[in-house]
Amino acid sequence: MTNLLFQGRDWDFDTLRRLHDATEAIAKTELGLDMYPTRIEVITAEQMLDAYASVGMPLFYRHWSFGKHFAQHESTYRQGLMGLAYEIVINSDPCLCYVMEENTATMQALVIAHAACGHNHFFKANYLFQQWTDAGAILDYLDFARAYIARCEEAYGQTAVERLLDAAHALQSQGVHRYPRKRRPDLRSEERRARERRDYQEQIYNDLWRTIPVKKGRARESLDEHRRALLELPQENILYFLEKTAPRLQPWQREILRIVRNVAQYFYPQRQTKLMNEGCATYCHYRIMTRLHETGQIDDGSFLEFLQSHTNVIRQPGFDDQNFGGWNPYALGFAMMGDIERICTAPTDEDRTWFPAIAGSGDPMAVLRDAWANYRDESFVAQFLSPHLMRQWRMFHLVDDPEDPELRVDAIHDERGFARMRRRLARQYDVAWTEPDIQVVDVDLEGDRRLILHHHVANDLLLAESDTGQVLQHLADLWGYDVVLKEISAAGGTVLKEHARSATHAFA
Amino acid sequence: MDIIDRRLNPGGKSLANRQRFLRRARAYVRRAVRDSAVERGIGDLEAGGEVSIPVDGIGEPSLRRGGGGGRRDHVLPGNREFIEGDTIERPDGEGGGGSGAGRDGGGDDAFRFVLTREEFLELFLDDLELPDLAKRRVTTLETQGLRRAGYSVTGSPANLAIGRTMRNSLARRLAQRRPSAEEVAAIEAEIATLTAAGGDPERLAELAAALDIAERRRRRVPYIDPLDLRYRRFETYPRPVAQAVMFCLMDVSGSMTEHMKDLAKRFFMLLHVFLTRRYRHVEIVFIRHTHEAREVDEETFFRSAETGGTLVSSAFVEMRRIVEERFSPADWNIYAAQASDGDNDYGDGATTSALLREAILPVCQHFAYLEVGAEPGSGGGFLERETTLWRTYQALKGEGAEMAMRRVRHRRDIFPVFRDLFQKRDAAEVDA
Repeated sequence: MTNLLFQGRDWDFDTLRRLHDATEAIAKTELGLDMYPTRIEVITAEQMLDAYASVGMPLFYRHWSFGKHFAQHESTYRQGLMGLAYEIVINSDPCLCYVMEENTATMQALVIAHAACGHNHFFKANYLFQQWTDAGAILDYLDFARAYIARCEEAYGQTAVERLLDAAHALQSQGVHRYPRKRRPDLRSEERRARERRDYQEQIYNDLWRTIPVKKGRARESLDEHRRALLELPQENILYFLEKTAPRLQPWQREILRIVRNVAQYFYPQRQTKLMNEGCATYCHYRIMTRLHETGQIDDGSFLEFLQSHTNVIRQPGFDDQNFGGWNPYALGFAMMGDIERICTAPTDEDRTWFPAIAGSGDPMAVLRDAWANYRDESFVAQFLSPHLMRQWRMFHLVDDPEDPELRVDAIHDERGFARMRRRLARQYDVAWTEPDIQVVDVDLEGDRRLILHHHVANDLLLAESDTGQVLQHLADLWGYDVVLKEISAAGGTVLKEHARSATHAFA
Repeated sequence: MDIIDRRLNPGGKSLANRQRFLRRARAYVRRAVRDSAVERGIGDLEAGGEVSIPVDGIGEPSLRRGGGGGRRDHVLPGNREFIEGDTIERPDGEGGGGSGAGRDGGGDDAFRFVLTREEFLELFLDDLELPDLAKRRVTTLETQGLRRAGYSVTGSPANLAIGRTMRNSLARRLAQRRPSAEEVAAIEAEIATLTAAGGDPERLAELAAALDIAERRRRRVPYIDPLDLRYRRFETYPRPVAQAVMFCLMDVSGSMTEHMKDLAKRFFMLLHVFLTRRYRHVEIVFIRHTHEAREVDEETFFRSAETGGTLVSSAFVEMRRIVEERFSPADWNIYAAQASDGDNDYGDGATTSALLREAILPVCQHFAYLEVGAEPGSGGGFLERETTLWRTYQALKGEGAEMAMRRVRHRRDIFPVFRDLFQKRDAAEVDA
């Protein structure tokens, strides 16, 4: 009596169902994962290309740039320069997993374990996704966005909408809130707070206080500060600022800006958790596939096929390899999670010094689940990258300073280097650090309504000249008046460079 | 868990976006298509294919850090020999030893993608148009066609719309409560059974009265009334002639080299592609001539060589014969393109121009003469010398004949010349 889930490379929908049930059982019982219900959709290569073009989403509004990406992908795919992903998974409830029809049965098992279990759990558990995305509503929202933009095109013309979307897309990465805002209190809680305060005052009332001379009232805040406070300045979410305060935009234009920034916000957690997300999915699929093999649910041949594609996925070429293209998030994530497992179960003395809280705890899954839930790439690396792993990967830290004639090796995998190197690597994963820090700081309301932005330059890295000009032009058109962007050095506060644009075809 | 099979969903989800992209990049793509058309063989013209356009036209700018300057940190794997404090020669080009700085596509200055055949031709022939046809005097582009246009209450019996008529009739019969044959038959049957059984006479009288009323009613309310009649209505509308014939005339005498034939072939094929996009049905007639002309198939037309003198008029005679036999100008749009190296028998000039003026030009929508020359550098001051045929035609044109003449001596001139011939005629025609 065999309990193989499938034999050979062919699969049908029954196989998919059996695979899903088997992987889900292992994921739930053994790994303790908590997942959204899954919906598996089988698609063709053509449809995969379509999905690529619309940032992986099953439905999206229309814009020429998606057509451009489609043309690009199609061209490289047809020339055989690019393989297609085996799956796409969407952070929604139910969790959508697109699997390719060409996959073999083993690959389908891998894909289901990877996406439907690993990614799915991560989407549901991680705090960033909980904070910033609404998995239950995203598809409905995209549906709304698509219909709304189509209606706008009908009403105001395709050209007008396209120009607006161009401008909004240019500011997309400045269209996210990086930190949750303070919730505006509603009337009821405000009243309750006032009452509590009053009650407290009454309790501690002492007539003596009346006799104490009060200091002269604090000088009223200056007009400038008052204005900035009203406009919620400084503001790093430029699209939000424009949506709320740009003087000349029509309501529908504000709504479209809102759509673009909501979509950008939806993807913001994914940009911050690439390493962890892929690492989590890879770790899960490795555990699940191994367990399936151990319990005899997949045969040796399939397991070897799996191992081959798994090792391809987690390949990390060295820096001097011609295939080197930066850190492979699959590789680093998987290695770090495997390393955590090792630290929990078989720690060395070094591990006990570095990770006293988890070393030898014996329950790696609890540690991993906690990490998946409460960390992002930057904090995860800063917390969990072990000396063992840095040694194993032979990491080194290279400094490229234009002042020096040569590149300098600042740290290697030794006692002196571990901590420094870990901090540096963590910083490479900090989106707020890798992206320029640009904020709207003021509006010259008494003069020519000029919008003033600051770029706080870190490490003397200035903005790319031509792109900045184009984006500022879009920004000026949206704002309706002049715009100036000052690049200010973090060290001295001096202005390093100034870009200015006036509105030429203001939106109105 | 659900499994959904999406494979059968309609494809082409990205088509709308793709079209938007092409429209946006139209100017760039058009230029790229033109450029690539010059390079490719005429046979591949219809194949579609890859084009590349400059990136700046379709860039998506964003606020990002520039490539140069500034201090950068890289943590990299795979250290073999470095220890802390080592220095490394700065590699050329890239700012750092790492990869963090490079953005995808950031370094490319061209954006490459593949156009389908349709898109390619669309863009290639984008602003071309058939020469102004309204000025032609012989034939309009239209004939009268008939098409259904609802129903009328009058018409010839042949056009009687039976279904519609019967529907009206049925409605009227129901409305006027005309007893049906079955009802009458039922009454008669009851009378018959009652009579046979010797039943109630009162009931019999009642039935007889009912029968009488029913029959009178059936007579008064006709089965089909003239009111019910409906006829299929047709109306005439101008129908464009959707077929064209293209005459390819070529001199194949000994003086035509392979190079010249190649040029001619390219031109003919372009014309064919162009016409196929404008007309539903295009026929091609190949006529080649030396001192006598013959209609041949395509293979013979381009391949085999012949010897003999050159009598251009013979080709026109042949063309006139074929037009008379098979292609009535009322039904066909006739296009003619002639390719020759310009040699003609001296005695033939008058005949040729007479034939062209009297017989050929009046029936043609467009007549193009392409003079092909030897490859540049192969001697002979081609451009300076006016050939016999060129002079003949020039004189004809001077008299006001509508025809187009161009000279081509290099493969790369074919496309420009073709475009020039069929450009939308806003500007005044400038001849070569």
